[in-house]
Amino acid sequence: MAQGPSRRFAALHGRIERRAIVFVLAILGVCSVGGLVEIAPLFALDNVIEPVRGMRPYTPLELAGRSIYVREGCYTCHSQQIRPFRDEVERYGAYSLAAESAFDHPFQWGSKRTGPDLARIGNRYSDEWHARHLAAPRSLVPESIMPSYAFLATRLLNPAEYARHVATNRTVGVPYTPDQIAQAATDLVTQNDPDADGAAFAARYPNAAQRAFAGPGRPTEMTALVAYLQMLGTLVEFDWRAPDPALLR
Amino acid sequence: MSSTTITATSPATRHVQYDDDVVRLFVIATMFWGVVGMLVGVYIASQLVFPGLNLGLEWTSFGRLRPLHTSGVIFAFGGNALIGTSLYVVQRTCRARIPGTFAPEFLFWGYQLFIVMAALGYVMGVTQGREYAEPEWMTDLWLAIIWLTYGGIFIGTLLRRTEPHIYVANWFYLSMIATITVLHVVNNLAVPVAWNSARSYSLFAGVQDAMTQWWYGHNAVGFFLTAGFLGIMYYFLPKQADAPIWSYRLSIISFWSLVFMYMWAGPHHLHFTSLPDWVQTLGMAFTIMLWMPSWASTLNGFMTVSGRWDLLRTDPILRFMITAVLFYGVATFEGPLMGIRTVNGLSHYTDWTISHVHSGALGWNGFITFGAIYFMVPRLWGRGRMHSAAAIEWHYWLSLAGIMLYVTAMWGSGVLQGLMWRAYTELGFLRYSFVESVVASRPYYVIRMLGGLLYLSGFLVMVWNVVRTVQEAAPFAAAQPAPAPAE
Ligand code: HEC
Repeated sequence: MAQGPSRRFAALHGRIERRAIVFVLAILGVCSVGGLVEIAPLFALDNVIEPVRGMRPYTPLELAGRSIYVREGCYTCHSQQIRPFRDEVERYGAYSLAAESAFDHPFQWGSKRTGPDLARIGNRYSDEWHARHLAAPRSLVPESIMPSYAFLATRLLNPAEYARHVATNRTVGVPYTPDQIAQAATDLVTQNDPDADGAAFAARYPNAAQRAFAGPGRPTEMTALVAYLQMLGTLVEFDWRAPDPALLR
Repeated sequence: MSSTTITATSPATRHVQYDDDVVRLFVIATMFWGVVGMLVGVYIASQLVFPGLNLGLEWTSFGRLRPLHTSGVIFAFGGNALIGTSLYVVQRTCRARIPGTFAPEFLFWGYQLFIVMAALGYVMGVTQGREYAEPEWMTDLWLAIIWLTYGGIFIGTLLRRTEPHIYVANWFYLSMIATITVLHVVNNLAVPVAWNSARSYSLFAGVQDAMTQWWYGHNAVGFFLTAGFLGIMYYFLPKQADAPIWSYRLSIISFWSLVFMYMWAGPHHLHFTSLPDWVQTLGMAFTIMLWMPSWASTLNGFMTVSGRWDLLRTDPILRFMITAVLFYGVATFEGPLMGIRTVNGLSHYTDWTISHVHSGALGWNGFITFGAIYFMVPRLWGRGRMHSAAAIEWHYWLSLAGIMLYVTAMWGSGVLQGLMWRAYTELGFLRYSFVESVVASRPYYVIRMLGGLLYLSGFLVMVWNVVRTVQEAAPFAAAQPAPAPAE
């Protein structure tokens, strides 16, 4: 063991070991390399997120629903990330694209499937199914071990509060227009009201559904969560992807 | 082995009075939060068997309690154990008292406040929704202040040491302090909705956010649960075995390769996702290389007691420590395996992951902490030994049985889930609906619940033993030999 290089190395280390500050700086330097190499390019390279058509920021109601999804920790049992395997694509739908979570602060890909993946749960069930399932999962799926979230149905949303959430999302980089920010509180109510004039709302959020998601009346937390679940994975236009010459370049 | 080996056992050249008041506080907090964290763990394990236990209340639903369990055992139980042992170790190996009288107390109470803020937040639904980094922005800011205080105290002690070298255990603690600072700050960058709002939105989104979060998530494991606890091992194992660490050079190699490589391994949490392939491949390569530093430390631990294996029969405290090293070796063998893309394709999203973290958490982190606490308590409270040796044996066998049930049950359900999800009929249809895999997992969830219960019972035996030991303790004044000023 007492060969030259190894002894010199031990001697060098013996010197570092006598200097606390040098030691800390050495640790900081050595540990930073990995993160810099793996993370920094993700912000710089422009092929990290593929070009798609159809993505838009969440409507204020969907954003409120997403915020409730985060609050309740649905991510502890559900993933939102379909892997490119035959069984997953057949079970859940097309595999997830980076573009689909580009507006997700924070991402909710999850790491555990105690329940099924939800990345493309949108439009698979009726609104009523979701509201009943969330309130009492075992009334629809007797074997389910999901908690019941009946309390969501009685909690009214505060549109002004979620309008602030929209503005904060703009601050962290989601491309909301000044118009979308200014009208956020109104849009939140409009989206849940099938009788309201939705032209301006539809112009601001193309392809957003306008209907009573969990029964009529003022929007509740249940409304918002169902609205969010119902749009998950439905935005990207998949039939556009294949023939577009820009992609085949 | 090598003449340059520095042991923590060199004779005292002069007397220094250590600040053990704060260490005692951390030991008590470790025991307290251990009970809380594990109790919540058993509770949420029971919820997966009996969903009625969610009680239909928002505060008690699985989604809110799961972070309470993970943070409770990692940051409350583990964190208090790490800070407490590190202050015990750094004073003795530097032969210097920790600086200040207010700062250590501030550190202790500040850290407990952080835990309470985080825990109350989880129950009330205040969360960032980032695994293992759930506390919201104001709690994060508070933790940053506390953590810097901790760093100041630790490095301050290193700077006033009267030993020429910084002992190996302290390298590991130091790497934990340094890297967790970086990880915590970068991963929690967020913009609050308003200064008086508990909610914030993360600065990064989607792919970049996922990569940042798992760079954090993996290295919280790497530097909190691995490096920090290796610090515990490198001091308490040789102490209890009364032998120097087997190889000083192996320590150097394992230390620096750990610091360098761990940070690259995060992407193995994101195999087959929308993260670019090159990052996944890079992450996988470093994950496999991690076998090296892990097994270097495992070897170092084993060889330190080599030739004196009979001690394992007679000394349950040393047995706790060596079993911990064994679990460290097993878990760090399994980890790189699961980081290989094809294996991960099966294991990811299943209970196999849960099995893996618990062989690490219960076997490695838990057992090495128990060993260290059994070592420290009689010394901190001025008694010759723990109140009951038989109770330590009970603790050992109850927890070992608990781990075995837990880990094997989750392997079973994990592999079962992975296979059921990808099973096809001869006609080419998916064979099982998702909920059939939920039903099939139930027996395993029952076994897991029992395993957790056994582990918790063992821990309660320990709590009883510690309480009895402290109660019988001589008064502190008598416990400490003639006080002399620190400097
Ligand atoms: C304890 C784990 C757990 C938690 C927490 C949880 N779920 Fe579930 N979830 C399940 C399980 C198991 C199923 C499958 C059985 C069923 O359909 O109820 C499921 C099914 C679902 C489904 C139907 C999926 C499908 O494809 O049929 C939806 C939608 C859903 N959950 C939404 C949510 C939302 C929203 C939350 C948070 C408010 C949530 N879940 C929290 C376990 C959980």
